[in-house]
Amino acid sequence: MNRFDYIRPQSVAEAVAEASVPGSAYLAAGTNLLDLMKVGVTKPQRIVDVTRLPGLGAIEWQEDGGVRIGAMVRNADLAYDERFQRTFPSVAEALLSGASAQLRNAATVGGNLMQRTRCAYFQDLASACNRRVPGSGCDALGGENRLHAVLGWSEHCIATHPSDFCVPLVAFDAVVEVEGPHGVREIELDALHTLPGSTPEQETVLEPGEMIVALRLPADAAAFAGNARYLKLRERTSYAFAVVSAAAALAPESGAIGEARIALGGVATKPWRAREAEAFLKGKAPTAEAFSRAAAVALSEARPSGDNEFKIELARRIVARALHLAWEGTPATMPALPASPFAVTSGASHVA
Amino acid sequence: MSLSISLAINGRKHELHLEDSRVTLLDLLRERLDLTGTKKGCDRGQCGACTVLVDGRRINSCLALAVSLDGAEVTTIEGLAEGEVLHPVQAAFIEHDGFQCGYCTPGQIMSAVGLIAEGHAGEDPERIRELMSGNICRCGAYKGITEAVQEAQQVISQRSRRDAA
Repeated sequence: MNRFDYIRPQSVAEAVAEASVPGSAYLAAGTNLLDLMKVGVTKPQRIVDVTRLPGLGAIEWQEDGGVRIGAMVRNADLAYDERFQRTFPSVAEALLSGASAQLRNAATVGGNLMQRTRCAYFQDLASACNRRVPGSGCDALGGENRLHAVLGWSEHCIATHPSDFCVPLVAFDAVVEVEGPHGVREIELDALHTLPGSTPEQETVLEPGEMIVALRLPADAAAFAGNARYLKLRERTSYAFAVVSAAAALAPESGAIGEARIALGGVATKPWRAREAEAFLKGKAPTAEAFSRAAAVALSEARPSGDNEFKIELARRIVARALHLAWEGTPATMPALPASPFAVTSGASHVA
Repeated sequence: MSLSISLAINGRKHELHLEDSRVTLLDLLRERLDLTGTKKGCDRGQCGACTVLVDGRRINSCLALAVSLDGAEVTTIEGLAEGEVLHPVQAAFIEHDGFQCGYCTPGQIMSAVGLIAEGHAGEDPERIRELMSGNICRCGAYKGITEAVQEAQQVISQRSRRDAA
């Protein structure tokens, strides 16, 4: 790990000023940042510790039923918050399907959004990676890439965004509150992470010095509480990143689908909202065929970036199955294996 | 820049001056304070051998910068037993053969103590396995570990019921 100056600001304004100095990085729990510093992927000269800043640690319910979550709320505290779990069950399920209990106890809401890809080539200094060293090439292309992106990728980068949390969040139109050197602004979560294009090193739209101070879920997302699931396919039962994942939420209306929300994880450099598939389901009867066709719409633009064509079919099936399970209803208690398609409570078929 | 921190470790207060901002809680415990019960496995948050409690919550000490924890209370495996009397989780690991080589054991035990305090698993083996999945055991002693956590959970809830009565 490189040497760095450690700075502990007393206010958000002071943190922003410190982090605006080139070579600085924000430190929250550090569960991703320290890991990357240990292997030399990132080498900040100045670490700005934001874990103790006042006003960033609360879960605040708004009058209209929406919620504002401080950026330093720990993942476990949010996932186990009784009202949050009741109101946004699929978001809690996604949180609990990620990482381990130890990491969820430390990791923060803001840090989860800002975590980096787990692409092995990004983490291996001996490999070419445009995200780590712009212009150096992409060894993932033509390499071991069975878990890489199938949507929105470019020849410059085929990495995926690893967050589970972000997947239902983006389906529910979450908004990120940001403070920076030029003041305060709001960004839709869907617009926070960028597609790689020819500048994969630019991972988010945040400007230097900008920090996430809060995350908001709008009140209308709570209307899906009875029919919301997150499903995540992993290569082992627990403590693994998604091969593919899907958040599905339905608002029933007279026996049909009034409104649908669908997003996918593990498929692109950002949580992938499937708006056309949502529009397709509006007003439809909740049949296996409708779910299966919606899943096909969601993946209609998918193409393999290497040895990963299987992920496209897997993603279709996980979307169809998440829709089935969402229609069946949110489980009364959190499944023992959150988001697992193999959990005992799961009875839905993933193929029409 | 001051890198002096204060930590309460296993109930004892330490005023520490850090020469280097890079030191993790794990390295501080092992290299500076000779508390070598906490193990370094992967050093990347993947194996759980370094699990300790910070302010009562289990975390991976390898991924925590010591300087950022100024003022925290830390409990390590050395702080569990009361004299010769083992903590119920320690006793249950022995009773159920929850280990073979023993390297992951301090982390497993600290993680189990944290899990029981969190209170989300009860005695359900499936929930225990899921919530212990951040601790890898290369010897594969998982069956004994799960049983040990179940029994420790029983003992601890019986005690707290008795204390409440």
